[in-house]
Amino acid sequence: MTEARSEARMAPPVQVRGAVLSTRRVGAYHHMSLVAPGIAEHTRPGQFVALAVGGPDTALVLRRAFSIYRVSTRGVYGGTVEIVFAALGAGTRWLAAQQQHTPVDVVGPLGRPFNLPRAGSGRASATLVGGGYGSAPLFALAEQLLNRGSRVDFVLGAGSQDRLFGALDAKRMASSVAITTDDGSAGTRGVVTDVLPAVLQRSQTDVVYACGPMGMLDAVTGVATDHGLPAQCAVEESMACGIGVCMTCVLPVEGDDGVTRMVRSCVEGPVFLGDRVRWDAVGTVPAGTHGAPVAGAR
Amino acid sequence: MTFSVRTVAAPSAPPEPTCDMTAALGQLTLPNPVLTASGCAAAGRELAQFFDVAVIGAVVTKSIQREPRSGRATPRMAETPSGMLNSIGLQGPGIDAFLEHDLPWLAENGARAVVSIAGSSVEDYAELARRLRGSPGLTALEVNISCPNVADRGLVFACDPQAAGAVVSAVRAQTAPSVPVFAKLSPDVTDIVSVARSCVDAGADGLSLINTLLGMALDLDTMRPVLAGVTGGLSGPAIRPVAVRCIWQVHAALPDVPLIGMGGVRSGLDALELVLAGASAVSVGTAVFNDPGAPPRVLRELAHALAERGFERFSDAIGYAHRATA
Repeated sequence: MTEARSEARMAPPVQVRGAVLSTRRVGAYHHMSLVAPGIAEHTRPGQFVALAVGGPDTALVLRRAFSIYRVSTRGVYGGTVEIVFAALGAGTRWLAAQQQHTPVDVVGPLGRPFNLPRAGSGRASATLVGGGYGSAPLFALAEQLLNRGSRVDFVLGAGSQDRLFGALDAKRMASSVAITTDDGSAGTRGVVTDVLPAVLQRSQTDVVYACGPMGMLDAVTGVATDHGLPAQCAVEESMACGIGVCMTCVLPVEGDDGVTRMVRSCVEGPVFLGDRVRWDAVGTVPAGTHGAPVAGAR
Repeated sequence: MTFSVRTVAAPSAPPEPTCDMTAALGQLTLPNPVLTASGCAAAGRELAQFFDVAVIGAVVTKSIQREPRSGRATPRMAETPSGMLNSIGLQGPGIDAFLEHDLPWLAENGARAVVSIAGSSVEDYAELARRLRGSPGLTALEVNISCPNVADRGLVFACDPQAAGAVVSAVRAQTAPSVPVFAKLSPDVTDIVSVARSCVDAGADGLSLINTLLGMALDLDTMRPVLAGVTGGLSGPAIRPVAVRCIWQVHAALPDVPLIGMGGVRSGLDALELVLAGASAVSVGTAVFNDPGAPPRVLRELAHALAERGFERFSDAIGYAHRATA
């Protein structure tokens, strides 16, 4: 499905002075709605925004990247972007504490979105797999798939019930929803790949979409591949800029030519074909990578 | 009813005080003194989504090497108080792809390109300069000498005045006389003035300072280094006082040598501080990660800050903090 990449239709990102519209707790996470004119109109499912955090004189010098949960192009605020995050570090804690009207500098939409099944390819059936708040971008995707007449099934997994995100959204939209938690506090005790094979068979899935931690994406890709299915995986890699200049968010990905390159997940991802990512080698530069071994310069 | 064109009166705000921002760096004249910093702007293309790369003084490219480089493993980055550590390992496409794709793009888009080069031997640097010679759009070379010298047990060129001078002299010999060569100095030395002097004696037309400081961070959960490369280069506002000190010392010792200042510039006032210390131009680096529109913003803010202080010409502010007390 690499050939279906449709960069030509992607609008370039913009940098806008946005503002907090609302924040609320959702289980262990925070849901934030931002007024960010000019971004919502061009966003496609799987893309992300990069926010400056900490206020004008902050010691936090790097942007934070968040996948886009939903956008709204209408209404009195003229374009809102919604994100879901865990307040685990200084930047996300600051963000979670901001009140309505706090100005926030927003860059987006960034990255390559999920590819939708080609129009005219029939009523493709899709299974969407989300880990923790990684499920956030899957609901806008589900909406578009449903609009195209696709069947949508969800598998949502998390450590515990309060770390599941969007189970109600999923139930409203999907033909079926399977839930797993590590501790058994909701759904089946276990991980998403424990239940995924049964879902793929029952739904006669044609394509798997996934977003969540690297280990989950690796395992989901394995299950999809075993079933002869493509998996489109949105990675959550730490980024400094989100726009392709800092070179920190790289991971080893095999190209059409069979050569592995260290590619930027911000501009060449965050959505990758799962079988192209060298999941076992993430965090390394595998032997044979274009340009390896490493120069010692800084 | 009239449809005649009215002369539009000036808006109610008083006219902006103006300052001539032309920047002269030896024989090189730039329309203004604000540049990107090497490694913080790739080769300009990504930032062009946010501003016109032709409006700033120049685009300083990520360091180019002879061969493509994969760079290091991840994690490559750690945020630190008012700064960040990076250990990228100079990932890049190599000189062939740079000459085929990147430099022509910069030229077509009206950018003045300061090409940063890096190598692990004197021959690497000389070969890169030779390959770049005569390329359209090449405005200047910046020699990144903060690289280990394989011929000298990995000792960083920039930490040894002789090795630094040898690189500069080899690059100068391969470069057209009309293209200035700047040596980028590391602050991780005992006496930056002696390295500066050695580079100038070897033919450097100017100096860029400062490169990152070598730093390190530990992950207190895993109790291991955060960066896969263990150590990394510290940049951002945290290092600005070090940049001011280095520029001050080198400008005091070599007042006629044009300096490109960089290190933690986030605002026009930060840029002004480096200029007052002796910089003839200023690169905006890590700030771009936070604000992709930072270079033109810093330019506007610097022009405003200079005018507010009564400077009619940017050049009058260079090294102004060194003036004798009345």
